[in-house]
Amino acid sequence: MDRTVKILKKPITSTIIAILCGFLVAAIVLAVTGYNPGASFGALFNGILGRPKYISNVIIKATPITLTALSVAFAYKVGLFNIGSEGQYIVGAMTANIVGYLCNFPPVIQIPLVVISGMVAGALWGGIVGFLKAKFGIHEVLTSIMLNWIALYLSNLAVQSSVFHQPNTTAAYPVNPSSYTMLLPNWKTSDAGIAFLSQHKLLKEVLLKTDVNFGFLVAIAAAILVWLLLYRSSRGYELRAVGLNRDAAEFAGISVTKNIVLTMLIAGALSGLAASMAITGTNPHRISILSAFENNGFNGLSVAFIAGSSPIGCIFAGLLFGGLLYGGQSIQANIGAPSEIINIMIGTIVFFVALTKVVPALAVRLEKRGMRNAK
Amino acid sequence: MYSAPLIFGALAGVISERSGVVNLGIEGMMTVGAFVGAAVGYFSGNAWIGFLAAGIAGAAFALLHAIAAVTFKADQTISGIALNLIGPGLALFLCRLCFSGATMSQPVPHKLPKILGDAQENTVAQNLNLDITVVLALATMLIMWFVLYRTKWGLRIRSVGEHPAAADTLGISVDRTRYICVLVSGMLAGLGGASMTLAVIQQFTPTAISGHGFIALAAVIFGKWTPQGAYGACLLFGFAEALSVFLGLKNVPIPTEVLAMLPYILSIVVLVLFVGRSVAPKADGLPYEKGTR
Repeated sequence: MDRTVKILKKPITSTIIAILCGFLVAAIVLAVTGYNPGASFGALFNGILGRPKYISNVIIKATPITLTALSVAFAYKVGLFNIGSEGQYIVGAMTANIVGYLCNFPPVIQIPLVVISGMVAGALWGGIVGFLKAKFGIHEVLTSIMLNWIALYLSNLAVQSSVFHQPNTTAAYPVNPSSYTMLLPNWKTSDAGIAFLSQHKLLKEVLLKTDVNFGFLVAIAAAILVWLLLYRSSRGYELRAVGLNRDAAEFAGISVTKNIVLTMLIAGALSGLAASMAITGTNPHRISILSAFENNGFNGLSVAFIAGSSPIGCIFAGLLFGGLLYGGQSIQANIGAPSEIINIMIGTIVFFVALTKVVPALAVRLEKRGMRNAK
Repeated sequence: MYSAPLIFGALAGVISERSGVVNLGIEGMMTVGAFVGAAVGYFSGNAWIGFLAAGIAGAAFALLHAIAAVTFKADQTISGIALNLIGPGLALFLCRLCFSGATMSQPVPHKLPKILGDAQENTVAQNLNLDITVVLALATMLIMWFVLYRTKWGLRIRSVGEHPAAADTLGISVDRTRYICVLVSGMLAGLGGASMTLAVIQQFTPTAISGHGFIALAAVIFGKWTPQGAYGACLLFGFAEALSVFLGLKNVPIPTEVLAMLPYILSIVVLVLFVGRSVAPKADGLPYEKGTR
């Protein structure tokens, strides 16, 4: 009994239970509507793990949402709901694209320049939200939603401006190749590269057919840095205090307003980083006219919640989410079931994550009952 | 006219949050309502039946949120976001099933009527010829205002939202009040979604609702969690959108994107200048445990 209680108390157990429940509900929905759940899940897993290039694509797809999830999770730990991650991503992408196109330095300078420019843009966008909240008390959800839409139109404006618009397309000019963060982009398409790769089929498939890039390594590094900041630094202590009880923190002398602005700056920078890595790391290396949100930020929201707002958890949740998103396409292709079943499944997982917060509470009750019986 | 769905959505947010349950799932509930309204409206041939069905569907969907938030005392933010993911997914899924693989439903034969009947020749009457949903939205707002501020049920709702423990000591069932409010919230959101697909456009499309639920949420905060405030905020958004369309038609040399940004920039400006702090009901988002202070 003790063992069970101990396991139940771990937060990761709740998450795993939630994921299982999500699969269960999806299976029920599939079965009820006439599709074979087993075959569908088979197609899903095959679409994720079946070939090396699938795995590579999952990681690539997981990268931006892991970073935006970090952005949301970090802000949530400080008690702020960063629903503006989407807008911060958009301005980050726009800025990275512009800087990457206008400047053409050697990679050593170019890459940091482009990436940091995206981060700065995102930070600024987030900082506006933080400033308005700290100075005027305006609810961050409200300003974030407004700024999301403003970012969308601003980005479209930039794409359509005569300077950046690529004629006959709905997109801007791509960034210069010196800003690419892909893995060996030039070598792998050169003769020597192709000759080498044809000897190593695994590498060939992964390198040639997917946009392998450094993004995920950056995401992991960022997660570790965020974790260090939150849990191993005095500033992080202050931030968490503000998140847990704003009034108590203020009473203890912690400057709530400064910390709110700082948090939104960092959170915005993380979302901007996500965008920078996506622009420099994956084709087509440019932004285009958006008619709707691409949901990088909003998906990051879900990932952050699945991860329980834990920085390290975001990495795994990001992979899970990326896998579900990417593999979901195979379900439609192979089984004919609408790919929306993936959205339903993801939503259900998030739903059950919310519910399974009670699992630790249940565990405590079990423990108490066990103690009572033992007496 | 375009503000009717927003108003319903915003009122949905107000009633839920006033009772202490954060409702971020308005978008999802609206999408479910939008689809059900369009589908039932199509299959039954009658838009009103579709409208009612949408309300019921929205309430049923909101039941999930209610169970999670009230019975399971889960994190209401997460639960709401979950509904926002499930809602559109479910709606599109069912849409494909009912309409053989398409993501758009068939057009509804008859939209909800305008108040002065169709085919008005006279231009004055045509300008006044609003969709009936606009009138319904206004009526709902007035009813909600009346209930919240002039009846004993409204007082109970508000007390549950501000200080559930005090309400509990007076014998008010916190859980039941919250359940009812969340269900009503879902119903209103469903009606809002349907007023988009049954009045503004004539069918359900994947992008019918996208984003409007969040704007409705913004309106709730903008209006300081009152029905009349939320209504005003929605009108402001609608006015700003109309203004940008108007300026666009007038060939003013401002790029369309800047015009599109106008409503949102305007909102922030108005916020900073006039609204300032908006305070949620005190117990908003906090699950109620019997026996706590």
